[in-house]
Amino acid sequence: MTGAQIALVTMVALPAVVGGVLAVARTERSAAPIAVLTAGVATVLAVFTAAARPSTSYPFLAGANFALNVDALAALIVPMIAAVTFLVLVFAAGNIRRSRSRFFGLMLLFSSSALVTATAASLPALLFAWELMGATSYALIGFWWRDSDRVSAGLTAFITTRTADLGLYVAAGAALAGGAGMDLASLSSAADPWRDVAAAGILVAALGKAAQLPFSFWLSGAMKGPSPVSALLHSAAMVAMGGYLLLRIEPLLASTGWGGPVTAWVGVGTAVLMGFVALGQRDFKQLLAASTVAQLGFVVLAAGVGAVNGGAAHLVAHASVKALLFLTAGAWLSAVGTEELESLRGVARRWRVVGVAATAGALALAGIAPLSLWATKDSVLTVALVSSPFLYAAGLVAGALSAAYAGKLVWTMWARPGTDWEIRSQGTGKVTALEQAPLAAFAVGAVTLGVLALPPLLGVLADAIGGPAEVSIGELAVSAGIAVVGLLAMVWVRAPEPRWALEWFGLEAAAHAVVVRPVLGLARALAWFDDKVVDRSLTMLSGAAYRLALTAAWADIRGIDRGVSAIAIRVGRLGQLARSPQTGAIHQYFLQTVTVLIAAVVVWTLCTMMG
Amino acid sequence: MLSLIVFLPLVIATVVALVPGIRPAAARWVWVVISAAEVVLVGILWVGYEDPGPNKLAFDEQVPWIPGVNSSYHVGVDGLSLPLLAMTTVIFLAAAIYALKNSDRPRTQTALFLFLEGVSLGVFVSADLIVFFVFFDLSIVGMYFVIAGWGHGNAARSALKFFLYTFLGSLALLLGFIGLYVFSDPHTFDILELVASTPLKNDPVAGGVVLTAIVVGLAVKTPTVPFHTWLPPAHTDAPATGSAVLAGVLLKMGTYGFVRIAMPILPEAWQNWAWPIIIVGMVSVLYGALVALAQSNLKRMIAYTSVNHMGYIILALGAVGLVIDDTAQARSVAVTGAIVQMVSHGLITAALFLLAGLMQSRAQTYDMDSYGGLAAPAPRFAALFAIASFASLGLPGLSGFIAEFQIFAGSIAVAPIAVLALPGILITAALFLRALQRVFAGPTQGLSIGFADLHGRELWSIAPLLALSLLIGIVPQTILGVIEPASAVLVNIVGR
Repeated sequence: MTGAQIALVTMVALPAVVGGVLAVARTERSAAPIAVLTAGVATVLAVFTAAARPSTSYPFLAGANFALNVDALAALIVPMIAAVTFLVLVFAAGNIRRSRSRFFGLMLLFSSSALVTATAASLPALLFAWELMGATSYALIGFWWRDSDRVSAGLTAFITTRTADLGLYVAAGAALAGGAGMDLASLSSAADPWRDVAAAGILVAALGKAAQLPFSFWLSGAMKGPSPVSALLHSAAMVAMGGYLLLRIEPLLASTGWGGPVTAWVGVGTAVLMGFVALGQRDFKQLLAASTVAQLGFVVLAAGVGAVNGGAAHLVAHASVKALLFLTAGAWLSAVGTEELESLRGVARRWRVVGVAATAGALALAGIAPLSLWATKDSVLTVALVSSPFLYAAGLVAGALSAAYAGKLVWTMWARPGTDWEIRSQGTGKVTALEQAPLAAFAVGAVTLGVLALPPLLGVLADAIGGPAEVSIGELAVSAGIAVVGLLAMVWVRAPEPRWALEWFGLEAAAHAVVVRPVLGLARALAWFDDKVVDRSLTMLSGAAYRLALTAAWADIRGIDRGVSAIAIRVGRLGQLARSPQTGAIHQYFLQTVTVLIAAVVVWTLCTMMG
Repeated sequence: MLSLIVFLPLVIATVVALVPGIRPAAARWVWVVISAAEVVLVGILWVGYEDPGPNKLAFDEQVPWIPGVNSSYHVGVDGLSLPLLAMTTVIFLAAAIYALKNSDRPRTQTALFLFLEGVSLGVFVSADLIVFFVFFDLSIVGMYFVIAGWGHGNAARSALKFFLYTFLGSLALLLGFIGLYVFSDPHTFDILELVASTPLKNDPVAGGVVLTAIVVGLAVKTPTVPFHTWLPPAHTDAPATGSAVLAGVLLKMGTYGFVRIAMPILPEAWQNWAWPIIIVGMVSVLYGALVALAQSNLKRMIAYTSVNHMGYIILALGAVGLVIDDTAQARSVAVTGAIVQMVSHGLITAALFLLAGLMQSRAQTYDMDSYGGLAAPAPRFAALFAIASFASLGLPGLSGFIAEFQIFAGSIAVAPIAVLALPGILITAALFLRALQRVFAGPTQGLSIGFADLHGRELWSIAPLLALSLLIGIVPQTILGVIEPASAVLVNIVGR
């Protein structure tokens, strides 16, 4: 094992082991420092492995190693995951006050599974980390388990994403049948039709994790988790990994012919529709959640049209923006005690440092030039135009919607509060230094990370991971213009909120009506069937056997036994009858002899006469 | 060595049963010490084990027994049986530690459980049909007394149902064994000789009949739908240790019979009947999961998940009968998954039943809705239960995933229709998470108030089972190294 390999293994194993210990042990005081230190070490190792690009594998299942590989794409994403984890944990050290050991332990496990997901080179390794990520997200969303609704939300998240994960099981079967082996990179060489099956399976799994339509609803409930959880879940782990997986299997999608267009349209469709949903929200975190789905739509679009470099850049920049905004929401939730936009009006005027950072994030989210998401989004849209003008147009609509919902945030933060909101405050009234420091770091990222999608870095990324190497000045200008117009329209004119999008199109209710309730009904019906039909027929069968035995016993006593007795009695009577001539009187014996002799003579005479 | 492993508990059981003067504490510790010794002995066996090769057994011993019908006391192990042997000793040790607090006739209990351990191990090492059958039937007798003697609720009735049903199943099995004897040439009950001579090779009708008898006999024990209804009442009314052994060890005798007897001796019949077997497996998976989802009694729920988990095994083994070119590797993966599932289900379900037993002993009910917010008074209990639940629903990092991933990957590659059984792992996830939520989350209420958390002895009984599941889940090669060669052999034999 080389040093780089050791670094890779340590990077993923250290947070897992420390996290596992913290989650079980009760080290409330030291949990935060230990976790922050661990995340820091992992970040250093992540940067090192990104430079050294090691790969390693150990025998796992027959013909399917547990393979980890830091290629160029992973080298971009892995430091992002580690760094976001580190900063979010610093924030959490100042924000989470109870059950710290369990919280930091689970967060480390969560980030470790995201790191394995990002570096996984084989299907078993991917599925391993992928589902662990889902399970830790369940535990984190339902972290405050005394509230049943939070646990329910975790359950919804886990079951929904696992429904999609079944695609990975199918893909594993297809890989085995297609003879291409379980390595992700070799799947595109699987035999037909197994290659298409594998591609479809992975696509479904990724869309589920990335909360793309129609799976989006689980993310709405996931907001019930603590804010640092949302920050990590939306930026670097879980949701982001869904988009990342599609970028990783872009060659497989492209090789099928249908995979690219389907992926692209699901992505851009989600970006538009969830843009409306975001615009319709009245809750800070719900707005951010919907916008995450919409922004991931651009990443999915990128995977569909082959703009891997643009998609990866968008993913990284979005991570910084979204972690920043979620942490802001969390800081204000603690300080003010609410996340309703109406009640948060003017909140940036009270905490200006936080407010300025959040505004930088919101402006980046809007796609204002020269901030990060402007450039990254546009490098995706440029490629989309090549494949279809309709895709491009839809992408522009989604961009305009991003500007609008970001504008809503900016306006809310800086508007004059209707009343003195200190009076309405139910929170602590404080934003700690530990909470503020990471915001500054994320703000810097939100502002500057667009360089990944601009020359000269764009070309470097294109060479390393694929996608176009050039930018189109005209399209950049169009995007920037749309963003400014959308933002200003929102801030000045207060565009109407689409109320019909408030409930996320009723997706969760639909899932309940179409899937959950029928399945529960079927389960109850089968349970009844099992008790009343399967088991009872068996009981009846054994009851029948018992009755048969009773009948046999009855027949035995009444029939056979009585028959035997009856015969015995008759024989006895016969015996008595036979005894009756034996009287002991001589004269009677003579009489009997004479009678028999006469009878014999009569019989003999009759016989001779008849010849 | 194998005879020592099998007969040590039997001899000690006899001694304990015959000496009335043994004090309760001593009796309890005898069980712990002997079952710990068994773990050590099997550990030594494991270290010294080398794959014996096709249709051979390691550590085999053969002594003539009933020479008139060519039946001998023949025992041995291979990669199919060694993991089950190890799992059996571990589960009995866990049960022994768990029962250290038991004050209800501990001497008799020790004798009974040591007897059960001996006969269970005997089943897994048997290389002769008669020896197999004797141990198989004795296990039913032993478990009957465990349920009837130490159970609660409607124990006598449940025990009787268990006994009659599984005994009836074993009669079908005996008919099948006699069929094998009759049709083999020369007549023999020796499993290895039967595998080598493949009786009924060119007689699909008689082969089908004999296979049906054997499959029905094993399916009752496994159990698969529709032969499963003895299982829920038996579990519900059995003591925790009895449930753990019943689910962990006795059910495996059914599935083990498939890989040891039905598949290798009747490969043609197995191929002919592969589709019905696959369908029974898939129905068991979905039916077991759905019925479990509707339960409000925790122990019944776990019992039905056993039907679901055994269904995966049947599905995988059925898929092995579909001999299609270029799928030998996939079929081998499916068999490996099935064997891992036997071990994994044993460890996890034993842990779940022992945990459920604590609810009975502390609050006298398994009704999930009588609890709520239990995580507050009993955080360790909640943590172990959550880990066991996630293990049972097939979460990666624990053994269930290693089993189910291989079962599905292998089965889907051979029989794509197996994707229809995939919702099984989803429904299982839903039912366990719902159970966790009902019992542990929310405000602390009902019987949860004042519920004592796990203490040392209970922890030491249950946690090691889950630790082993974790070990298999993270470093599967610990167990796959033993299983994989045997799977390849089995796939070859069935593909003849």
